[in-house]
Amino acid sequence: MTQENAYPVSKEGLAANGHTLTTVDDDGPATQPNEPAPGLLSRRPVRLLLGLVVPALILVLWQLNSVVGVFSAVQLPPPSAVGTAAVELIERGELWIHIAISTQRVLIGFALGATLGLALGALLGLSRLADALLSPTIGALRAVPSLAWVPLLILWMKIGEDSKVTLILIGAFFPVFTTLFLALRHVDRNLVEAARAFGLKGIRLLTTVQLPAVVPAVFSGLRLALAQAWLFLVAAELIASSLGLGFLLTDSTNNGRTDRIFLAIILLAVIGKTTDALLGIAERWAVRRWT
Amino acid sequence: MLLPGAMELYMSTVLSAQQQAAGKAQPTTADKLALPVTFSALTRSFGSGTSEHVVLRDINLEVRAGEVLAIVGASGCGKSTLLRAAAGLDAPTTGAVLIDGTPVNGIDDRCAVAFQEPRLLPWLSLRANVAIGLPRGTGAAAGKAKVTELLGLVELADFAEHRPREVSGGMAQRASLARALARNPGVLLLDEPFGALDALTRLKMQDLLLDIHRAQPTTVLLVTHDVDEALQLADRIIVLGKSTDPARPGASVTEVLTVPGRRPRDRNSADLGRMRSSLLATLGVKGH
Ligand SMILES: Nc1ncnc2c1ncn2[C@@H]1O[C@H](COP(=O)(O)OP(=O)(O)OP(=O)(O)O)[C@@H](O)[C@H]1O
Ligand SMILES: [Mg+2]
Repeated sequence: MTQENAYPVSKEGLAANGHTLTTVDDDGPATQPNEPAPGLLSRRPVRLLLGLVVPALILVLWQLNSVVGVFSAVQLPPPSAVGTAAVELIERGELWIHIAISTQRVLIGFALGATLGLALGALLGLSRLADALLSPTIGALRAVPSLAWVPLLILWMKIGEDSKVTLILIGAFFPVFTTLFLALRHVDRNLVEAARAFGLKGIRLLTTVQLPAVVPAVFSGLRLALAQAWLFLVAAELIASSLGLGFLLTDSTNNGRTDRIFLAIILLAVIGKTTDALLGIAERWAVRRWT
Repeated sequence: MLLPGAMELYMSTVLSAQQQAAGKAQPTTADKLALPVTFSALTRSFGSGTSEHVVLRDINLEVRAGEVLAIVGASGCGKSTLLRAAAGLDAPTTGAVLIDGTPVNGIDDRCAVAFQEPRLLPWLSLRANVAIGLPRGTGAAAGKAKVTELLGLVELADFAEHRPREVSGGMAQRASLARALARNPGVLLLDEPFGALDALTRLKMQDLLLDIHRAQPTTVLLVTHDVDEALQLADRIIVLGKSTDPARPGASVTEVLTVPGRRPRDRNSADLGRMRSSLLATLGVKGH
């Protein structure tokens, strides 16, 4: 997977990881040490309000469409219809199940993929032998577009939870693995040398220098992985499932329920953004704490 | 003398640390005291074959135990490389460094280094950074007291809990000096430790170094660009310089000067003045 750059990652995390990034993070002001005096735009409430301008505008245009009728109601149902669809699904008790099962799949797949990514990233980042032994294989596996695994996963694990969670795991694994591996490789050699000069080695060197140095990078890797996890969730549910937001999408397509399609997309946006924001808070804390 | 009260404290903890060390782990009283350093036919080159780049050639030098030796030379002539060899951070291509008669092989815990750059861990407070210099096995209370005291001596008491990025370059450099001092080493390797300091702080820190050296006369190898600093602090000054013979690339010891007079020296004395001009002339000629 090489889609990592398409996802929002905070400037701090990447900067700490030795990367430079020109796109602006949308999660609020970065509390960087050398930042110029905060202007109006770096005030949190102001930014929050500004961030709501475009969605509000879209909502207005969308509502206007139902009056003017540029698109038909089948192509683009009015916002109120999406609201009604939501209420209907809530009353039937289905919406929560879709949301819950999707969130559960993402969280399990993300947790497993991230754990594996951390373990292998640390192993290859710290051990030249492991690197020489495993890097070519992992590189080749990464070159496989992840959706190519789907037939195999279905063949091996049937269309159950396992195959979906595994696909999400694959999606979450690579960003974490790659960022940790690279970050460990790029830990400031001068710092490591200084610590070694004062007698630190082995585990103490690891916990005093190497691990703290990569914490910010790990968090940006986790954020990328979470975004990937949602992407792969929808892929998995679109292909084969009977529950979940991805299923809601296919099912609504088959039934011509455009209002529900919109509902599913909006829910994915909101939930994805929320989980990303939570990790973003953790990331900013980590960057402040460890750099 | 700077901060007499603090110095007494420093001496007392140095002494008690020595007594503890002498009483417990190592029965030898020589433990942690100044150690002699010998550079024996040391050559260091980087790269190989046609791209070989000889930096240091055939360095032979005896540094006496307890001596302060200043190393001067043009930028890029290999001063840091020489210190790194003594610390065991870098292995000579041929030849050897001996500390107290035993060859340096790998990182040597008889040395403490203050690097040319502060090299503090950004995620730790200055206090925690200095604590990294403490010898292993230092008790928690004793270690804390020693760090507090050293931070006071380098005038960073008010910044103990600050992170390196929250203090100035000169302050970070002083913290790095304190970290090296915390080690209480047999050989103290200082690579331009006062380079980033303003004139006044520089003088204060030079005095501090002399005070600490008097309290515990460790062997000091001090790299400096500042001829006056070398004349003030050192017992001897060596000049690293390149030979004019193109067949002999790399820097060697071109001069060894014994600085006259006891410290603290009168900065305006005629002897020092002559030595200063001669050193500056040497550096001027050999610097290009
Ligand atoms: N790891 C290395 N690989 C290749 N060349 C090196 C390495 N370390 C040092 N050198 C070379 O050795 C020479 C001396 O470097 P060194 O850092 O010892 O100089 P210096 O005398 O300390 O200079 P300065 O006063 O500017 O600090 C330089 O030409 C440098 O290019
Ligand atoms: Mg140098």
